Amino acid sequence: MAKTKELSKDVRDKIVDLHKAGMGYKNIAKQLGEKGALNIIERTIPQPRVQQLSVEKLSREGAFLMDTGSVIYLWTGRNCNPNFLTQVLGVPKYAALSQNMMSSTGFSSQNGAGGPPYANGPSQNPVALKPPGPGYNMAHQTPYNPMQAKSPMPPGLGLYNSGPYQPIPPVSSYQSLPGQPMLNRPPMGPPQPMTPPQSASPGPGPRMPPAQATPPPPVSANNYQYPPAWQYGGPPPIGAPHPMAIPPLGPVANHVTSSPSLAPPQASSAGYSAAPPPVFHNAMQPLGPPTSLHGYTQQGSAPPPMNPMAAPHSYQPGMRAPYGPPPSMRPTPPPTGPPMGNATPPLGPKTDGNMPTPGNGAQVPNSFDHLETGPKMTGPLPPQQPGPPARHMGLSYPSLPPGYQNTSAPPNASTMHHPMQPSTQPYSHAPQPYQQPSAGPAQLSPSLAGLSLQSQTPEALRVVNLLQERNLLPPGPVTPPTPCLPQDLQKINCHPDVFRSTLTSIPQTQSLLNKAKLPLGLLLHPFKDLSQLPVVTSSTIVRCRSCRTYINPFVTFLDQRRWKCNLCYRVNDVPEEFMYNPVSRSYGEPHKRPEVQNATIEFIAPSEYMLRPPQPAVYLIVLDVSHNAVETGYLDVVCQSLLENINALPGDSRTKIGFITFDSTIHFYNLQETLSQPQMLIVSDIEDIFLPTPDSLLVNLNECKELVQDLLKSLPQMFGKTMETQSALGPALQAAFKLLSPTGGRVSVFQTQLPSLGVGALKSREDPNQRASAKDIQHLSPATDFYKKLALDCSGQQVAVDLFLLSSQYCDLASLGCISRYSAGSVYYYPSYHQQHNPAGVECFQKDLKRYLTRKIGFEAVMRIRCTKGLSIHTFHGNFFVRSTDLLSLPNVNPDAGFAVQMSIEENLVDMQSVSFQAALLYTSSKGERRIRVHTMCLPVVNSLSDIFAGADVQAITGLLASMAVDRSVTASLSDARDAMTNASIDSLTSYRTSVLTIQQPGLLAPACLRLFPLYILALLKQKAFRTGTSTRLDDRVFAMCQLKYQPLAYVMLMIHPALYRVDDLTDEGALNIIERTIPQPRVQQLSVEKLSREGAFLMDAGSVIYLWIGRNCNPNFLTQVLGVPNYAALSQNMNMLPELDTAESQRTRAFVGWLREQRPFFPILHVIRDESPLKASFLQNMIEDRTESALSYYEFLLHVQQQVSK
Amino acid sequence: MFTFAAFCYMLSLVLCASLIFFAIWHITAFDELQADFKVPIDQGNPLHARERLRNIERICCLLRKLVLPEYSIHGLFCIMFLCAQEWLTVGLNIPLFFYNTWRYFHSPTDTKELLYDPASVMNGDTLKFCQKEAWCKMSFFVLSFFYYLYCMVYSLQTGNLSDSWLFQMPILSARITQQPLGERISPACSFHSLYPWI
Repeated sequence: MAKTKELSKDVRDKIVDLHKAGMGYKNIAKQLGEKGALNIIERTIPQPRVQQLSVEKLSREGAFLMDTGSVIYLWTGRNCNPNFLTQVLGVPKYAALSQNMMSSTGFSSQNGAGGPPYANGPSQNPVALKPPGPGYNMAHQTPYNPMQAKSPMPPGLGLYNSGPYQPIPPVSSYQSLPGQPMLNRPPMGPPQPMTPPQSASPGPGPRMPPAQATPPPPVSANNYQYPPAWQYGGPPPIGAPHPMAIPPLGPVANHVTSSPSLAPPQASSAGYSAAPPPVFHNAMQPLGPPTSLHGYTQQGSAPPPMNPMAAPHSYQPGMRAPYGPPPSMRPTPPPTGPPMGNATPPLGPKTDGNMPTPGNGAQVPNSFDHLETGPKMTGPLPPQQPGPPARHMGLSYPSLPPGYQNTSAPPNASTMHHPMQPSTQPYSHAPQPYQQPSAGPAQLSPSLAGLSLQSQTPEALRVVNLLQERNLLPPGPVTPPTPCLPQDLQKINCHPDVFRSTLTSIPQTQSLLNKAKLPLGLLLHPFKDLSQLPVVTSSTIVRCRSCRTYINPFVTFLDQRRWKCNLCYRVNDVPEEFMYNPVSRSYGEPHKRPEVQNATIEFIAPSEYMLRPPQPAVYLIVLDVSHNAVETGYLDVVCQSLLENINALPGDSRTKIGFITFDSTIHFYNLQETLSQPQMLIVSDIEDIFLPTPDSLLVNLNECKELVQDLLKSLPQMFGKTMETQSALGPALQAAFKLLSPTGGRVSVFQTQLPSLGVGALKSREDPNQRASAKDIQHLSPATDFYKKLALDCSGQQVAVDLFLLSSQYCDLASLGCISRYSAGSVYYYPSYHQQHNPAGVECFQKDLKRYLTRKIGFEAVMRIRCTKGLSIHTFHGNFFVRSTDLLSLPNVNPDAGFAVQMSIEENLVDMQSVSFQAALLYTSSKGERRIRVHTMCLPVVNSLSDIFAGADVQAITGLLASMAVDRSVTASLSDARDAMTNASIDSLTSYRTSVLTIQQPGLLAPACLRLFPLYILALLKQKAFRTGTSTRLDDRVFAMCQLKYQPLAYVMLMIHPALYRVDDLTDEGALNIIERTIPQPRVQQLSVEKLSREGAFLMDAGSVIYLWIGRNCNPNFLTQVLGVPNYAALSQNMNMLPELDTAESQRTRAFVGWLREQRPFFPILHVIRDESPLKASFLQNMIEDRTESALSYYEFLLHVQQQVSK
Repeated sequence: MFTFAAFCYMLSLVLCASLIFFAIWHITAFDELQADFKVPIDQGNPLHARERLRNIERICCLLRKLVLPEYSIHGLFCIMFLCAQEWLTVGLNIPLFFYNTWRYFHSPTDTKELLYDPASVMNGDTLKFCQKEAWCKMSFFVLSFFYYLYCMVYSLQTGNLSDSWLFQMPILSARITQQPLGERISPACSFHSLYPWI
């Protein structure tokens, strides 16, 4: 088709007529006076005869080209015409032919066997023939297409290690689809990785909304592919890509005209050609910069797709600085280059009418070519393609896009990363990329390993000598490793903040796992507040019939009507309803449904998911009003917060609320509507608690709001003069349980002292003198099982108990905490809380309370975690009750709760490329809707130790180890747990040294991905929960343990290893810009006093508390501009906030602190610390790299580990 | 000849039958605990939650009630055979006796409520361990049942077990001792898996 454009109209008409007459193109050509060759855009494409497929036709003197669609073979006879050898293949004689020749030469020859050899740099063209695309479906495509297809494959796969993964379900599934246009998409698959999220094969269309949100993901995906690129651009791919992506469009438009933009669209559309155009439009447009696109869009549907292309390529710009903005375009062009055929042809045909096509086509490719170094390639290519297009107009486009990606990618990889390798090799590499990580890293010396950054794996495995390299901390936050999945899968994989595995590559067998000595587990944050969450309302939720897995992006569609579960491999039918896609309003595209496009999704459950009507939101506040409690003054804060937030409590018109107060007796409050003021009912029989008026204690919040407000206003005064010192917490909890059991709900208990009356009374078990000296810490387990039993009862009645402990004395949190632990509540602890003496604590309490009252809440929830057959879950960590081996009962679920599970491999995962995990959380929202939130994560399976190490996620491992250590210190002893943690680091490093490293060097060697492991372990040993030898209050310790178990990983990591920043010299360099605010990003410093300087000011972010340490000789500018004091001596001892000064420094500092605080749901107090501050000790205790009286310094610890490792 | 030893064996035969019964009961109980997740559509239902919880608590409660009788019966065996000076039999039972004592005082749960804590029994690991333990115990008791039967008959006939051909046939005696030893080892191993530390 492309060719026809160049022909004059009458010639065109003639061709069409002839065609209609049943003539083949050769005959037509003859008619037109061209002998056996088509004239395409000034190039002559010879048209050799098609020969019979018989060896007899082959002659030793000749060279034969066989086009099998996905592969093109060039058979060269032994006595082949020497002219052909030298002129076309570029070798002097037959013997000099390489076995693995796949260069562009070959390529060109394909175009026309006899054709004039394009003297393009053969080696440069990565596209080469070599990769028989994994079943690229070339059915429709002309010979050219195959080529393109092939070329695409290598880039994506190659860089990526995709080789092994190609079989991946989605892709293959599509391919298998018989002849469905839609299905064809699969071929796109491989190339797609490159493309932006939208273009992602799974479902650009449907994903629309997510797509917009997701742009970052694609970027990250990119990182993988182009690890080399980073060398230039640096790690911040996410930020960079965006800007880049957009600019490209502009420039492109200008000089290339529509062609570049069109090409991408085509690419995307190609796969979908069958798919209804509307889908694309919707999805795509949001992404692209609307303005630039518009112009193009008119020309064809193509424009929108462009965007996706641009995004992926964005990195390339990064690589080549010189090209600047235009390069950004190139990214896309490169695609055009190889696929050129695709890109240009479309343009050609379409645009030609409008524009001087020939020129354009050629130019465009060239401009892009820069990137690849292969201008030549692109040049020739475009023309070539026109040739093929002649046959299939529509189809050729689709397949092309992939081609782009390939071409562009390979060149980079080959040139940049493997300078050492012969030019031909790059190609061969592509297919095998995957094996490299395993073999490569192990064999390469460290320095070499660093060079061969072909995939992420080698970098992760770079050998680091911990004893020599001091500064191992990355300048910013530690990023989780990305699983080595094909890009299209990776792009839609669950976000690591929500679902994370300690090993991003799952070992094939348990013995392999044992060998690696790394724990295998998952860390979840299932109810995290998400800004973008697709919600699906559907009367039938598609689930596997045998294992009840929810349909997810990692299932395989065998055809349109059947899908194969990725957990149990059962083949299921696709229900009729699922065939309709509400997002694109199209029928027959089950694989484009949002359920199959999003790894995190929420369903609104139909009625069969509830046996009883969803419960209303019910809140019960239980307040300690003994003398001690009133003394702390917390009642004011609680009542005030409640008054302020009473309208913000999550709920609907059915929301109920109730109050109980207790000292030595239990006080109920009758809040019935008919009363003029709240009525207090006192029950003094705490042995056998009963409810005085069961009906009117829990009242509808909306109907009785005034009474509730009255009560809240008067409560603090009511007990002002109480002299009752006893506390009957146990009976109060029993009363609360009785009150809530008919409905379920949330109990918030505020307690300020050790319960001393009735059931559940406790005795002080702590001996303060033993805090520091005790060999082993006692009393970490509960003193009574009353609270646990009650918690289980609560759990059965869907009641959760949240505990706020505000006390200055020992409260036996180990016992009291059980009430929350087994009922899926949360625990808050404010040591030394006092209204006057501890204003920082009060502020913290206020902020926490506000968050607590207003945050999302899910009632009567259960969470089930499923994993692929062969894996099994064996231990859970967090706050819940385990109801079945894979089912957690969560009477309440809140967005700040994290969970961890340990897993084992029961059956060998031999035939599997990847395994999946699915966490499904079924809950009742505060609006009374039954909802299911499903997270699915897919991870590759590997069979070598080095791959396992390469995929280790050091933060997740640390988090899981911490949870395990908490269990261990309760069931065994603290010293046991400490030993176990130390051994964990020793064992894994030993295993790495003996099994993975082939070159033994002196020193303590660790793979780069585990380089922080010993540091984190040491930090854990010095953490409040596990430290010994330092005076730590038992409650503090137990609270730290609780936090380690139920906080999401992100917050746990800050608790374990605080971040230290120098803040006296904040600049806007590298600052983040969020909603018109500039947030400076200082470097993270090592936690060592050596890093502190007297001239500076340092901010330590320890999760729940932030310290600002001011050096004695601190820059006076900082003191005056930020702290608002004239000099160091004027600094207050108890400064807890930064004054709001109107200076740039102050704004920067406050913006930074505010930003840190926003990142977590709780409110960290800020302590300003100067030399004499009492808190200086706790600040210095966080300096975990330093030696203390009772603990090793980081270097000593490393020496200790090294000693053990080398044993 | 009806000796004290013969009496001991007779008594232990009867008690051993009850121990076997206990073990079977354990096995079924754990199966029932585990079977829940086969139940179809969602245990997400709040009503189901309560039933399920009660079920778990009931089973755990029953299991706990069996703990002391089982351990004391087995302890009684050891004392009886000790008194009867049936050293071989004592030797076979001692390992289990120590294991029981250890298990009783170092229950892996954090309550004083001994074993089978409803809050932790459903952890896949604990459940699997308990199942294994129950199976091991059952096979041990079944084997010892036949051993006691044999010994009883033999002592009734000869009066002195140590003269029996059993002790002149090292191979056979080795074979018999092997089984109980195996029993002793396997619980220990599986316990290790209870705390899979890395």
